[in-house]
Formats: sequence, C-alpha cells, structure tokens
Amino acid sequence: MIEKDPITGVETTGHVWDDNIQEFHNPLPRWWLWTFYATVVFAIIYWVIYPSWPVGSTFIKGINTITYQTDAGEEVTSHWNTRALLARDMQTGKSAMAQKAYLNEIAATSYDDIAKDADKLAFVESYGNGVFGEYCAACHQSGAGGVVGEYPNLIDDDWLWGGAPHEIETTLKIGRIGFMPAYEETFNDAQLTQVANYVLSMSGEKSDPALAAAGEEIFHGQTGGCHYCHTNEGTGLKSQGAANLTDKIWTIADVRGAETDEQRLERVKSVIHNGVNRVMPAWSSRLSDTEIKVLTAYLLNKRAGGQ
Amino acid sequence: MKLKHEIFETNIGLLIIFTMIAISIGGLVEITPLFYINDTVEDVRRADGTQAVRPYTPLEQRGRDIYTREGCYNCHSQMIRPFRDEALRYGHYSLAAESQYDHPFQWGSKRTGPDLARVGGKYSDTWHVKHLVRPKSVVPESIMPNYPWLLENDLDYSDIQARMEALKKVGVPYSLTQEEYDSNVKQFGKAVADKLDITRADENLVSEAQDNNRDGIPSRITEMDALVAYLQMLGTLIDFKAHDEHEFIKAR
Ligand code: HEC
Ligand code: HEC
Ligand code: HEC
Repeated sequence: MIEKDPITGVETTGHVWDDNIQEFHNPLPRWWLWTFYATVVFAIIYWVIYPSWPVGSTFIKGINTITYQTDAGEEVTSHWNTRALLARDMQTGKSAMAQKAYLNEIAATSYDDIAKDADKLAFVESYGNGVFGEYCAACHQSGAGGVVGEYPNLIDDDWLWGGAPHEIETTLKIGRIGFMPAYEETFNDAQLTQVANYVLSMSGEKSDPALAAAGEEIFHGQTGGCHYCHTNEGTGLKSQGAANLTDKIWTIADVRGAETDEQRLERVKSVIHNGVNRVMPAWSSRLSDTEIKVLTAYLLNKRAGGQ
Repeated sequence: MKLKHEIFETNIGLLIIFTMIAISIGGLVEITPLFYINDTVEDVRRADGTQAVRPYTPLEQRGRDIYTREGCYNCHSQMIRPFRDEALRYGHYSLAAESQYDHPFQWGSKRTGPDLARVGGKYSDTWHVKHLVRPKSVVPESIMPNYPWLLENDLDYSDIQARMEALKKVGVPYSLTQEEYDSNVKQFGKAVADKLDITRADENLVSEAQDNNRDGIPSRITEMDALVAYLQMLGTLIDFKAHDEHEFIKAR
C-alpha cells in the first residue's frame, strides 16, 4: 500500500513519529543511481586488471604485468605492483634515462673538460645543487660557506684534506675525522698564552714577540708536539687534516670574527685548550661514485666563481 | 509503502551495532588477509643467514619512546614510498620488514620535516645534538622546535625491563629464558641476541650509552644519548647493495 502525504501528495516511507511526523520517500535521482552502478562495474574491471582479492595465503594478481630487469640483466615479468613499477621507471623511464645519459657522460669526462663544457656544467650545477641541499647543506650551509669552528668553508682556497679533485672525492667517499688532542692537562695558562702567541705570529697577526718566542719552543718541543701534525713550518699536514697555521684563513678559531686582540688570543687559546674532534660522515654507501664526482665538480665550480 | 529500515531508525542499539559492522568491513577486508598472505613481511637475511632486521637495543628502544613522547611523528614520517622522487631523495623504499618490531609504527604521512626512515649515519652525533637542542643553530631556515631538555634530563631507565617485557607480549622477540635466548642466537647471531636479553637490559643500556657517548657528556646518560642512538640506527639494518631489487619485488 502506498501512503501519501495529504498536503504535498508526496509518497512517504510509512513511518510516523510523534503522531504526525512522517518521512518522505524520495528515490535517488536516476543519474546518481547509474553513476553508482558504473562505479561498481569499474571496480569489477579493476579487480580483473590489478591485484585484488585475498585467497588463502596469496591473492588474485590481476592480468596487468610489468617487465623489468634484475641486476644480472635478466628480463622478468611480474604482476602489476608499485615496486616493479618503480624498477621499470628507474630502468627505462623517460626522465630517469635522460638523467642517466648525463650521469654517464659526467662519469666519462675529466674534471678539466667538465669545467669547459657549459652543458655539463649546467647539469652539475642543477644536480649538484639538489644533492648538496639534501646531504651537505645541513652542515656546510646552503651556500657551502660553512660555519667557523664547526663545518669548514668549501668554497675558499683552504683545504684541510686537500682540494685536488681526487682528494675531495676521497674525503666524500670515506668521510673524515678532524682530530687534535686537548691540551688542557698538558699546558698551564702561561704556556697556553705563549703557544697561542706563536700561532698568531705565524700568520702575521698581532702578537707579543717575547711570548711568541717561548711559544715557538713549545710548538717544536716534545710536550707540545704541535709540529708532528702542523709540521715544522706550521703549514699543516693534509694526511692528518691538520690546519695550515701560516695562512690568514681560520677554520676553527674564529680569529677573523674577533674584535679585540685579547679576544683573538682567547680564541686561539681555547682551541688549543679544548682540542678538536669533528666528524665528516662517509657518503660512499649513500651516493654513487658518479654522484660524488658531480658533487666534487659542483664544489670546484662554486670555488671557481660559478653560481 | 512500508520500508524495512524503520527497525534501525527506531532502535539506537541496533543502529550502532549495524553501523559498526558496516564500517568494519572495509578494515577487515583490507587488513586481515595481510596476516595470512606469505611475504607480507619480507624475509631479509645477511650473508651468514641471520635476520638483517633486529629489534631495538634497550638504549634505542628508550630513544624511540622519547621520539614518540616528544611527538616527532607529528612532523616526520618514517616510510619511504616506492616512487622515483622519494628514491632519489631518501634512498631505498621502506620494506615492511624494517618496521616489523615497531609498536606503534611511525609510518605516517605528515611531512612538515623530511622523512626520517633512513636518517641513520647521515649526520654526525654532534650535529644531531646541536640540531635537537636548537635546530636553527645548524639549519638557519629550520622551523623545527627546540628540545633543550633532552640534554638536561638524565635518562630514566629504571623500567627498561618492564618496557621490554611489554613489547615481548606483543611479539617482539626479547628473551627471558635460556630457550628464548638460544633461539635469538640462531635467528640474529650472538652479538645481537645478547642485546635482546631482558635480564641484562640495564647493563647493556649503560654500556651502549657510555661506549658511544653520543651526547658529548661522558659523565652522564641523558635522554639525548638514547634519542640519538635511535636516530643513528634508523634505516641502517639492511645493506641494500647486497640485495638484488628483484628479491623485494618478488615479495609483492
Ligand atoms: C654532519 C655534518 C656534515 C655533513 C652532513 C657533511 N659534512 Fe663535510 N665536513 C664536516 C666536517 C665537520 C668537516 C671537517 C672535518 C675535519 O675537521 O677535518 C667536513 C669536511 C669536508 C670536506 C673537506 C674540507 C677540507 O678543507 O678539506 C669536504 C670537501 C666536505 N666536507 C664536503 C662535504 C659534502 C660534499 C657533503 C655532502 C655530501 C658533506 N661534506 C656533508 C661535516 C659535514
Ligand atoms: C694530532 C695532530 C695535532 C696535533 C698534535 C696538534 N694539532 Fe692543531 N690541529 C690539528 C687538526 C687536525 C686541526 C684542524 C682540525 C679540524 O679542522 O677539524 C688543528 C687545528 C689547529 C688550530 C686551528 C686552526 C684554524 O684554522 O682555526 C690551531 C690554532 C692549532 N691546531 C694549534 C695547535 C697547537 C698550538 C698545537 C700544539 C700545542 C697543535 N695544534 C697540535 C691537529 C693537531
Ligand atoms: C614542527 C615540526 C617538527 C617537529 C615537531 C620535529 N621536527 Fe624535525 N624537522 C622539522 C623540519 C621542518 C626539518 C627540516 C629542517 C631542519 O633540518 O631542521 C626537520 C629536520 C629534522 C632532522 C634532519 C633530517 C634530515 O634528513 O635532514 C631530524 C633528524 C629531525 N628533524 C628529528 C626530529 C626529532 C627527533 C624530533 C622530535 C624530538 C623532531 N624532529 C620534531 C620539523 C619538525
């Protein structure tokens, strides 16, 4: 029996609450209903093509397949899944191939030739910028200018471990530990002042000649032993990452940023007092050899005045 | 026309029950089968046949607790999806095996900060300490909050054994008995099995913290020691260079 609302004449569901509240029976619009049926049909087609229903300890894999290569170069065809999709994308995808072509060229080109080739330099600049931003900028800062005392500047001409391409590559691959012992227990304050004066004198900073002369003894003596790492001339030792003390570039003691002579002396003293222990992580497990080459070229280009 | 749904509309108890049945179908259909499908969790082994993925050591587990306590997951996911852009930025996509001992998992999809699934070994301990105390001190552009108390608070590990026992109840293979220990030796090798022994948890935690001294304060074990130990192991357990990608695709 069809019940109708007496006022509007609309069909009702037949439910009545509180004597006279009724619910109209308004069926769904046709277009809506058919769209709904269409989604059901779509789902069934989807089940046929893509992995869908579980069956015991496995599942229906669908008829869609993906072909990719194993490491051994063997072609494998698997049912559609996102991992295979990624493998295929990495092996044959358009942008992946374009990138690979460039990377292969970089791998086969010497640093000198990369520097002369505008196209390759542009690639080094853009790819290097991405990799540097992701892996290096957190320490060496976005512009590779570093933080005095913490992370070395990579665009100046001063290198602790060497600035030749193969030396930079080695730094990136195996990582580095910058270590200098703390002299807090070896020296008293007077001795610290003497050595620090000598260190300042080496690069022509203002220093007290008498104190520096006493410091020179310590620097070359057994207790100090500074010359083992910094060499007799104070020019540093790349194999130890020991800083060159005769140039005007300071990587640990922030002498450049000091305002007074006392501050300068204090800063050098505190480096000798506390020693240095800082770590540059190794990247060979995260970055490919070619990526390391791109990064090296990127740094060399930055230093040469590229963007 | 008398339609049948009056019975639900006039009976709130029945309405609740049927609503719950209706909405749980989606979850049940999607999740339950994963417990029965072989290969949901990949079997990843090292060259010597032991399991590559192990449960957390006591110190790492405390670090993980601090990670959840501080709500790091509100800004960081730990799930690298199998897409090229993610692979290029973060490294190999996350395997199900890698979070099999996570309770609760930290996958997430909220990335105010970067994904942390492979952050282990990316930076030095010193960097992490500075970064956690005040992120802007190393990343001037950072909007991550400061966590200075991690360095001030001594790590409370008085209840570490109870925490491990709780995890054991939900399936993490920490060992209490000799039998369980022996099975761990077989599964993970002796060095790892020793770390999973609940009865030795305290001494293991202390020696791991002191040996590594990640917070740079040798005389104390701080919450920083634990959190950095956790961060530094994230994503490092599987050596992907030793595996053919094909192996992981086959598992799907
Ligand atoms: C965790 C912080 C950190 C990260 C990340 C980092 N570095 Fe370093 N890097 C250092 C420290 C610290 C040193 C100084 C080591 C020392 O004292 O000898 C250094 C040194 C270097 C040097 C040698 C500088 C010299 O004067 O010889 C180069 C080159 C370098 N880093 C490049 C990179 C590149 C490229 C990346 C990214 C792939 C990177 N670093 C990522 C901390 C870091
Ligand atoms: C074991 C080797 C070693 C010895 C011994 C050593 N140093 Fe160093 N020193 C280093 C290294 C390495 C660095 C650079 C650290 C770094 O960059 O991480 C350094 C850096 C310095 C700096 C900072 C330079 C700058 O550019 O800011 C000063 C100053 C210094 N040393 C002075 C001394 C003095 C004085 C002595 C002796 C009392 C001494 N060092 C003994 C290895 C050594
Ligand atoms: C408000 C959001 C927010 C919260 C909460 C937060 N972070 Fe971050 N985190 C960020 C952002 C943004 C960055 C990127 C900038 C930077 O390196 O500081 C970041 C970066 C990081 C990085 C460096 C990742 C990389 O690959 O460079 C680590 C590690 C990290 N956070 C750990 C933590 C930990 C541990 C906690 C909890 C104690 C935490 N974060 C809480 C937003 C957050």
